[in-house]
Amino acid sequence: MNAPARPMSDKRAEEIIGNLLRTGVSIAAIVVFAAGIPYLIQHGTAKSGDHTFQGEPSQLRHISGIIKSSLAGDAAAIIQFGILILIATPVARVAFSVFAFVEERDWLYVIVTLIVLALLLFSLTSTNL
Amino acid sequence: MNTFELTSLLFLGSLIAGFLGSLTGLGGGVVVVPLLTLAFGVDIRYAIGTSLISVIATSSGAAAAYVREGFSNIRLGMFLEIATTIGAIAGAVVAAYLKLSWIAIVFGLVLLYSAYESVRSRTDLRGPSQPDRLAGLLRLDSSFPASQGLQPYHVSNVPSGFSLMFTAGVLSGVLGIGSGAVKVLAMDRAMKLPFKVSTTTSNFMIGVTAAASAGVYLNRGYIDPGLAMPVMLGVLGGSLTGARYLAGAKVRLLRIVFSVVVALLGLEMIYNGFLGKFVQ
Repeated sequence: MNAPARPMSDKRAEEIIGNLLRTGVSIAAIVVFAAGIPYLIQHGTAKSGDHTFQGEPSQLRHISGIIKSSLAGDAAAIIQFGILILIATPVARVAFSVFAFVEERDWLYVIVTLIVLALLLFSLTSTNL
Repeated sequence: MNTFELTSLLFLGSLIAGFLGSLTGLGGGVVVVPLLTLAFGVDIRYAIGTSLISVIATSSGAAAAYVREGFSNIRLGMFLEIATTIGAIAGAVVAAYLKLSWIAIVFGLVLLYSAYESVRSRTDLRGPSQPDRLAGLLRLDSSFPASQGLQPYHVSNVPSGFSLMFTAGVLSGVLGIGSGAVKVLAMDRAMKLPFKVSTTTSNFMIGVTAAASAGVYLNRGYIDPGLAMPVMLGVLGGSLTGARYLAGAKVRLLRIVFSVVVALLGLEMIYNGFLGKFVQ
């Protein structure tokens, strides 16, 4: 039952995962930065109100609201959209790993990875946890 | 203070935190919450949400470099992520019902532990020569590149490693940190992995763990775009710069200094927690 030294397909999967993570983080950072400029132009001179806690409004909480407000051009929502891309990056990594393990016919790890993926999707989409 | 000034200061503070965090291996996320709460008076719930975002950014950025070197054990990481994601979701849910002062006190204790863990002298524990049955069934044993070629290793104590990982996940969900110190404890001490394998696999897992709790925090409205923007960009920029300087830096002294800072922040969090400064 001992695993042999990592096969070539593992190596290739690792390279794709590395690129995937780097790309996801870069896109997220660019979106957040690009939306940050108009955000500061709009809100820069306002008094900062983060000392008291209110919680974000629903258009900045849920995936559908964030996308809808982003399309309407709201800078704060576009920042949240960038953050959503960032959160989605490790999720995409796990999703890719499912395919990588399928390709290796490693069914045990296909199941393990699917469990992790399901947990992540559950936490991202549950609105009443 | 207006929003522009706050944003600039947050960016600067996060840049320094990310830089020192990556140079010393403690991670920038560990000081984001104390920075936001103690220095800027931000509500600890917003601070934790913001910290989670910076943790995902730095860990994904760093993991991209690590996976290529072949040190991280992807099967082991994926298997343990079952424990950390369940823990992270549970922690994020429970956090909503915890008293804020308790969160601050637990946070302080974890900071103290992280500081200790980072200055403790590390000796690579000799791994077990006998394969473990459960590790064999799960095909967790692997090898890593050493100077004398591929070095095979065995994984032991899978159940205790798995439970420690659950704890790491809970802490990550409650406190908004990567829980790198607890993850290394699980892999380094319990599962007896080679040190380089445990640190890189831990880093590889942190992003997934943090993403699990970040989903809950986002849906609950604890992630504020105005705070997350400068902190995420600052910590990311700082940690990428730090990684670049890593080769030539005198890390030992820096690590001791940063650990002392982290420990002091931990004491301050505990102190303020007992004073009840975090009450809503």
